[in-house]
Amino acid sequence: MTTIVGAKTRGSGARIGDSPTRPDATAKVQGRFAFSSDLWADGMLWGKTLRSPHPYARIIGIDVSGAWKIAGVEAVITADDVPGQLTYGLISSDQPVFAVDVVRYVGEPVAAVAADHPETCRRALDAIVVTYEVLTPLTDPERAIAGNDDPIHPDGNILRHQRVILGDADAGGDVVVEGEYAIGMQDQAFLGLEAALALPDPGGAGVELFIATQWLHEDRKQIAACLGLSEEKVRLTLGGVGGAFGAREDISLQVHCCLLALHTTRPVKMQYGRDESFFGHVHRHPATIRMRHHAQSDGTLVKVEARMLFDGGAYASTSSAVLINAVTHAVGPYRCANAVIDGWAARTNNPPCGAMRGFGVVQACFAHESQMDKLAVACGLDPVELRLRNVIQAGDVLPTGQVLESVAPVVRVIEETAALPMPPALGDDPMHWPGGAGRTADRTHVQRGVGFAVAMKNLMYSEGFDDYSTARCRLESNMATLKFATAEVGQGFVVIAAQIARTLLGVDDVVLEPIDTTIGSAGSTSASRQTWMSGGAVDAACRAVRERLFEDVASRWAIDPVRLVIEGSDVVDSIDGQRVSVADATEGRRFEETVEYRHRPTEHLDELGRGACHVAFAFVAHRAVVDVDPELGLVKVVQIATAQDVGRALHPLSVLGQIEGGIAQGLGLAVMEEIVIEGGRIRNPSFTDYLLPTTLDAPVVVYSLVEEPDPQAPLGAKGVGEPPCISSTPAIVAAIRAATGRALTRIPVRPQDICL
Amino acid sequence: MSNEQYRLRVNGSEHDVRDAWVGESLLYVLRERLGLPGAKGACEQGECGSCSVLVDGTLVCACLVLAASAVGQDITTVEGLGDETAVTDVQQAFIEMGAVQCGFCTPGLVVAVHDLLDHHESPTDLEVREALSGNLCRCTGYGRIFAAVEAAIERRAAAPS
Repeated sequence: MTTIVGAKTRGSGARIGDSPTRPDATAKVQGRFAFSSDLWADGMLWGKTLRSPHPYARIIGIDVSGAWKIAGVEAVITADDVPGQLTYGLISSDQPVFAVDVVRYVGEPVAAVAADHPETCRRALDAIVVTYEVLTPLTDPERAIAGNDDPIHPDGNILRHQRVILGDADAGGDVVVEGEYAIGMQDQAFLGLEAALALPDPGGAGVELFIATQWLHEDRKQIAACLGLSEEKVRLTLGGVGGAFGAREDISLQVHCCLLALHTTRPVKMQYGRDESFFGHVHRHPATIRMRHHAQSDGTLVKVEARMLFDGGAYASTSSAVLINAVTHAVGPYRCANAVIDGWAARTNNPPCGAMRGFGVVQACFAHESQMDKLAVACGLDPVELRLRNVIQAGDVLPTGQVLESVAPVVRVIEETAALPMPPALGDDPMHWPGGAGRTADRTHVQRGVGFAVAMKNLMYSEGFDDYSTARCRLESNMATLKFATAEVGQGFVVIAAQIARTLLGVDDVVLEPIDTTIGSAGSTSASRQTWMSGGAVDAACRAVRERLFEDVASRWAIDPVRLVIEGSDVVDSIDGQRVSVADATEGRRFEETVEYRHRPTEHLDELGRGACHVAFAFVAHRAVVDVDPELGLVKVVQIATAQDVGRALHPLSVLGQIEGGIAQGLGLAVMEEIVIEGGRIRNPSFTDYLLPTTLDAPVVVYSLVEEPDPQAPLGAKGVGEPPCISSTPAIVAAIRAATGRALTRIPVRPQDICL
Repeated sequence: MSNEQYRLRVNGSEHDVRDAWVGESLLYVLRERLGLPGAKGACEQGECGSCSVLVDGTLVCACLVLAASAVGQDITTVEGLGDETAVTDVQQAFIEMGAVQCGFCTPGLVVAVHDLLDHHESPTDLEVREALSGNLCRCTGYGRIFAAVEAAIERRAAAPS
């Protein structure tokens, strides 16, 4: 079996604004692209993890002797075998590598084995005897924040409490609407399951890990601490990543895989199955949100009150940052002078929750958009008109007191969405009715509904985080070589990086070096940040190299280098028109620069939620058209229309791919996707029982790109990954409400919520 | 583990499988024993289609087939379509139309689309959706995949037979 990780990829062709084919596309369509699960090494062992069957229990004893009796078993490890720090975590280090004394959720790792075959591993896990004293789990987040229960973790049962208070808390209006909304636990459900290959250095001095992750350097930091090694002894290379959507931001099998390799002094591969994946990564937070909106009778917002409770599960992960996004986006893209927002992230014995596309804003948006529809009814206004009367604009003040400095074309995204063509009326072919091939719907019962929703989403990391990305550019002999540690998870950064280099340097050939930890951090592929951050770093590195090239040419021509520009494939003197091809100008010469790009600093929130905590924002609107059979509770999402504020589309085809893909995930949360939890246990950890949108569920998408380049953004481009999955969900639910007259305050909307 | 020995015919070549456990799926044997990782595992229960291959011309999920039961049958994987230097019309359409993002579902979809178009030269939009409903994609929302299938259909229709 061959490995193509580390191979150089040569691209050619187009500039910024074109849509060239991806450099990895050919290997991917041929099945030759090496995902982490495809990696293989001579003498390789397999690793597997033993997990807790209980949501909360004390470990009385672990007897691993049975596992050692099985032929082919090479290592059995527990918390006793962790040489370094016993815990890890993205924000607070509160999650054990292996459970110590206590397990706090179903699926918590207790031990791991390495053996010659996956089946040997499974038998070895079965032979490990763990004696538990089962405890009563804390599964209700309301109880967790009430403070009456004993802490289930030394850090306590409240992960974060944050208020945001703006203006006059006693302000009121003529119209008041309120509601309580519930959001279920969604899974990222990337297709490429967690997988890694660890190669130990001779003598256990270090380890090399090929891993599907979103952030190589953060992984390395946490892994090295747990292994008790310095960071330079832990080298990470990105294995091919089969989607991420937030689920690869936390550590899963990284430390276990390295530990097994170091213990056995042999290469070890770990790969989760789908069932294990549901237990092995964090999910989208389930939440309960109460909101009360006060407005003038003409629909003008006066005050928004909100109480937001997020269930973080057993460990902190990124819950505190998710909560901040929720409370700071509680009002949505609307101007409102007064706000009283109270948010909690609770620790429970439910599965840990953390990052998923939309990151706290998805939950907030479902609540505020449901409220805006209620307000429209109460004021006798069209839902679109109500929103237009309240839109936020650049220069307005957010609930945190932060002044909105981003380009904010909210009116345009609303008006352009509303103007997109509507789909044809319901036809006569039953295959197109709700239920499709099941042919269960009755034509005369089917109701059509239309819903509308708008969202804003922060871009990049917030609250004072030192957020940066590193890139290196080398230009020699008419070829640019780029190096960065930006995790390519499917979004297509590899194609735009090459476009940037071609545009700035006038070359066609761009080589992308392996994505690994031999250069500085690129930060995480999350928070819609890589086009801005790593795009900014590649842009800055290419500009620095271009300056060197211009200085070199200018010295030969005895002119000021500021006169030089790139035109097509030439260096041109903008004053006298003298030109030389980049090919000739770089022949036998080498220019190289490494640059760190940082966005402007942000502030922490104080206890009243004041502070300029976010960098920038993107805006989006969605209109959903649905057909519903109210008797059977069946929903067909016919069409989604959307206009999205993208700043500038660097690769329009990829932008469309993000829009359509995000809408499908928003549709999933609206009508089908939920991890069902009972007593701390996941009841549906499989693709048979956790329902994902298929080709038959995908709506027609009509769209408009709103391109108003953001002067803050290095390329004018805003991140486009998250907005599509945010307001698509409330738009669909609003459409189902319009079709059925039901209140529908929880998502996903289940058939019984409609028909019973 | 046990030491089963049998022979599989994959993409026209005979492969000896030695020292295998009889419980291994066709997916495992293709990927881990025969060096053919094009078929991907993403659900292990026939829900996602990432492991789609053809067995005697029938589209199957390789995760649901015992490898030892496929002895004597013609197995075609994504590696058997086109070759390293030439992609197929379906693969070319996937590349050009933006149907590839993370790419994990892509080999299975490419096999499924070949199977569809080889049996049905001008499927309707709904027939395409029905035929591919067993192949999950989490990145694209399927829009660019439909565009790729449409492009492949048009090119086959335009090509001289």
